[in-house]
Amino acid sequence: MKILLIGNPNVGKSVLFNRLTGANVIVSNYPGTTVEFVKGTMKIAGRRTELIDVPGTYTLDPVSRAEKIAVRMLEERNHEDVIINVVESTNLERSLNLTLQLIKRKLPVVVALNFWDETKHTGISIDNKKLEKILGIKCVPVCAITAEGIKHLVEKINDAKPADYHYDENKKWNEIAEILDKVQTITHRRYTWLKKLGDASVRPLSGLPIAAVVMFLAFKIIRFIGEGLITYIAEPLFLNLWTPLMTKLSAILGPGKFLHDILIGQLVGGKIDLEQSFGLLTTGLFVPLAAVLPYIVAFYTVLSFLEDFGYLPRLAVMVDTLMHRLGLHGLAIIPMMLGLGCNVPGILSTRILETRRERFIAATILATCVPCAALQAMVVGLVARHGLVYLTIIYAALITVWILLGTVLNHFIKGESPEIFVEIPPYRIPYLKGLMKKIWIRIKWFIREAIPFVLLGVLLVNLLYRLEIIQFVGKFTAPVVTRILGLPREAVGALIIGFLRKDVAVGMLIPLGLTIKQLVIASVVLAMYFPCIATFAVLLKELGVADMIKAATIMLLSSLAVGGLLNLIIPA
Amino acid sequence: MNVPESKANADAPAAKRITLSKMQAGQKGKIVEINGGYGMTQKLDALGIRVGKNITKVSEQWMRGPVIVRQNHTQVALGFGMASKVMVEIDLKNKI
Repeated sequence: MKILLIGNPNVGKSVLFNRLTGANVIVSNYPGTTVEFVKGTMKIAGRRTELIDVPGTYTLDPVSRAEKIAVRMLEERNHEDVIINVVESTNLERSLNLTLQLIKRKLPVVVALNFWDETKHTGISIDNKKLEKILGIKCVPVCAITAEGIKHLVEKINDAKPADYHYDENKKWNEIAEILDKVQTITHRRYTWLKKLGDASVRPLSGLPIAAVVMFLAFKIIRFIGEGLITYIAEPLFLNLWTPLMTKLSAILGPGKFLHDILIGQLVGGKIDLEQSFGLLTTGLFVPLAAVLPYIVAFYTVLSFLEDFGYLPRLAVMVDTLMHRLGLHGLAIIPMMLGLGCNVPGILSTRILETRRERFIAATILATCVPCAALQAMVVGLVARHGLVYLTIIYAALITVWILLGTVLNHFIKGESPEIFVEIPPYRIPYLKGLMKKIWIRIKWFIREAIPFVLLGVLLVNLLYRLEIIQFVGKFTAPVVTRILGLPREAVGALIIGFLRKDVAVGMLIPLGLTIKQLVIASVVLAMYFPCIATFAVLLKELGVADMIKAATIMLLSSLAVGGLLNLIIPA
Repeated sequence: MNVPESKANADAPAAKRITLSKMQAGQKGKIVEINGGYGMTQKLDALGIRVGKNITKVSEQWMRGPVIVRQNHTQVALGFGMASKVMVEIDLKNKI
């Protein structure tokens, strides 16, 4: 037996999934957080049962790609499989539409009335017993986020059965209205400050300033947390504890020996330099743990808060008009925001867009112009000391290309892009435990996914230099790298390693002693020229070979153009 | 669209029909018609935008940007184009 979690978008299926399986799936407060089904297992009466978290859908008449996945999951189910229909209690009318469709298909269903706690302070009262009687299926009140009612829900899973409830499809809304009349009473509705803030966030006169303030604060807080963690925790730990240890190891291994060069790297002025030595145990650990991780923590703290609070769909509304110029609509800002952390989840979330055309444009401009947190952390660390103006040039260049590239693609790719159509969920004060857990999931993901690649990258750098491959390639690429981009020949090494990890690639620039102008150009080019291997893999999966080749060509050409242009216009 | 205030129209309902896109923020009304194809009607239907529904327009964005409507506990943002296909009857007696 399998259990499928089915329901409208943003009703908390993934929260329930995490509760039931003990798994760690990312949950947020916007429709379309889950774009692919996720499997887990739970125990029911001692039996291991597979549980599947299905992307949200409003109807069994799918519109978006995520919805299609949901319907396909239903069609592929075995006949003993059971469905938990997760329902938003504060929005029973719309939820029941899907419930009735599930009933009509004669599926064995149990209804989980989620957000039960929220009904209380929104003045809604639901008689779940009466609802059970009318529909002929179990309806269990739950609050997935605090785990209330979960045990009860699990007990009722075995009671799931197809209901014997008939209705006329053409009059389904009348039917639903009649059901609601019987089971739901609505008393007063207070206009809370959260609601006021919610409304203000989507009115142009107040919404645009709010968006500006949110973005400014987000930037400030990320910088504050990131720099704070680096200055007060990460660097002191490395400098005071790790470096002395490594210095001893260095003496034992003997500088110049092969193992020494791989593990410790090159000594700079007779000492270990965590940024420049480029050994596995020195730079290989310092880059991911001391330079990048603090910014990963900072970025995901802020992003996770904004997601759970419910700001992202409102931001989507505010930027909708701009996004239309790029052939997209406002919701496409969500993949971009996720991409600022890591391009991989960003590109996956382009699935919330309906058409292939939109997904191609969004994925291409994301992979080209949206720098991930790891790259940004390194660039900020390297460039900020020369003055914020240079950092501004980098970001301005990327944003300009993002807009231009989108506009050009919109112009040349046939077809139209649909309009925004999305539910705006209420603002919710994030549940602290849930928020912390989510940040932790993402940090763990970074450590697991990134560090092996960083180490591999550092190892490869050593091998490539030792075998003189970088020097060799440098000769051939000199016309481009030196003439057009104005970088030293050896910078091609960073471009090679950038395919593996962009943070390591930026790190490789440090020993080259670049001028600030060269640093700016190298940073922009590294961000744009090609995706890292992890992003490359999802792009290939999402776009297919033909479109991937197109996207990659666009990246190479545009990075060359922008790098060349910057080389011409920035004074030396 | 103007509703003539002539006396010949005395038995006309005290309401006027305009598109959702032309409604003002804060106005309330009842959806009376959706001039879209099957696909669009279905899409709107799933999120509670359908004939007979009472809605409040929360806001609209500049330069023909998206329109936001509230009904019951949900808020939905829809593009200007879609909003201009939704006909709403404004209750003139209970104007706010």
